[in-house]
Amino acid sequence: MANARGATVEFRDVSKRYPGQLAVDGLSFTVPAGKICILVGPSGSGKTTSLKMVNRLIEPTTGAILIDGADVLREEPTTLRRRIGYVIQQVGLFPHQTIAENVGTVPRLLGWPTRRVAERTEQLLTLVGLEPTRFARRYPAQLSGGERQRVGVARALAAEPPVMLMDEPFGAVDPIVRDRLQNEFLRIQRDQGTTVLFVTHDIDEAIKLGDRVAVMRAGKLVQFSPPGELLAHPANDFVAEFVGSDRGLKRLGLLTVGGADLDTTIARGGVSPNAPVLSPAMTLRDALVRMLASEAQVGAVVDRDRYLGVLTLSTIARMIRGDT
Amino acid sequence: MTPGEPLIRWDWIATHLDEFAFRLGEHVELTVIAVGVGFAIAFALSLVILRAPRAEGPITAVAGTLYTIPSLALFALLIPYTGFTILTAEIGLVGYTLLILLRNIIRGIRGVPADVREAAVGMGYAPRQILWQIELPLALAVIIAGLRIATVSTIGLVTVTALIGQGGFGFLILTGMQRSFFTTEMIAGAVLSVALAIAADGLLVLLQRRLTPWTRAA
Repeated sequence: MANARGATVEFRDVSKRYPGQLAVDGLSFTVPAGKICILVGPSGSGKTTSLKMVNRLIEPTTGAILIDGADVLREEPTTLRRRIGYVIQQVGLFPHQTIAENVGTVPRLLGWPTRRVAERTEQLLTLVGLEPTRFARRYPAQLSGGERQRVGVARALAAEPPVMLMDEPFGAVDPIVRDRLQNEFLRIQRDQGTTVLFVTHDIDEAIKLGDRVAVMRAGKLVQFSPPGELLAHPANDFVAEFVGSDRGLKRLGLLTVGGADLDTTIARGGVSPNAPVLSPAMTLRDALVRMLASEAQVGAVVDRDRYLGVLTLSTIARMIRGDT
Repeated sequence: MTPGEPLIRWDWIATHLDEFAFRLGEHVELTVIAVGVGFAIAFALSLVILRAPRAEGPITAVAGTLYTIPSLALFALLIPYTGFTILTAEIGLVGYTLLILLRNIIRGIRGVPADVREAAVGMGYAPRQILWQIELPLALAVIIAGLRIATVSTIGLVTVTALIGQGGFGFLILTGMQRSFFTTEMIAGAVLSVALAIAADGLLVLLQRRLTPWTRAA
């Protein structure tokens, strides 16, 4: 599949004022091409308003939003929207169209030949894990919530948009389905290289999916950093509280054993026999659980058959503090 | 009713099938014109209301007033101006369809879920495309429900237009009365207009199923 190239998205001092209320206040940040930026914050923080200003469902009062350097306000709204994927929580599939017709929406609006629309539709249904022969001719009412949301993602990706906006896309499905959809989303996003702006109020989702996390509060950007950095160094008490008191553990969930400083001074034979064997790909969080469960102070790190060294509790402690 | 005459003379019916067919044609023509013109006007007015919601009050007030005027009284009021013509009949018939059609078109379009509309706008549908490709198809079931009521009530009212010189099955009822209550002809006219109403309603149900296959998918 042709990799759609993502575009850089830049917010430049963007504000949105409603009568008696400043919904978004001087927002500035840049999402590098091909990255996932999660806008996270409590309700009323302005994250959805910010998202909808990118495809001009809401017009900013002041400031500029640039896609690959071009101001979205200079483009005709319908033309702009056709090259920006859009996924919402309620999905908003068209009930009177089949799944194939729904997915083919934007290519059709762009006037692609019927044949090409059909090919692309089939390709996308396969990509999101829906067997075309089974699903193409069904109506949305005949699908489960998780299946509908996959169609929503396929529909948003149909015309290979350089940017995709997602507004709490997995908020209405149960936790097991959500986890699976998140993993599939990450796989598809890496494959397509689309730049994604993604709104959620779920900090765990933000940490799992984000390359960058933008924490918002009362219309202002409080912190904009990679998830690991957010957990290690919250900008203030609000962010610290928002990411949760277990942020140290969450941070360990992002780091792998292979990325930790191993003690190579101890030979394989010198490691206690009840120390757990850890692989480099394992998260530090999982490694910690095994070390605690076996009441060992260390774990032996082994890559296939090769012994690499030991991981100690004090190394993990240092990484929780974010010293490394 | 002539003494000794049976309620229904089947031999008379058997010899008048051609006339029934002719009256059926007239009845259908009067109905189709009324519902067709009524729908065109109601549709245009609905677009005005959807674009300028403030117009809804005045427009529905006028349509509602038309709806409350008794049919015979309305025809009587029009005759001095338009005479015993098809125009007189259609002005009345069209007037009665407006309120029902108008309400159903607007209700159907406003009933389109907000998330569907938001997705359509967000994906780059132009306003006109949203109306024709999203809102109207989704409103179709409710619009056709309105057409059914309008059609059935128009078929009933067409029967009355025989009194102002129009044809249709009402003509049979009227002449039956004038021939010292020839019950066979009166009953034939009554039964046929009821049958036509039921058939038209059934056809519209079939049309709705045909046009909205997704409503049965679940």
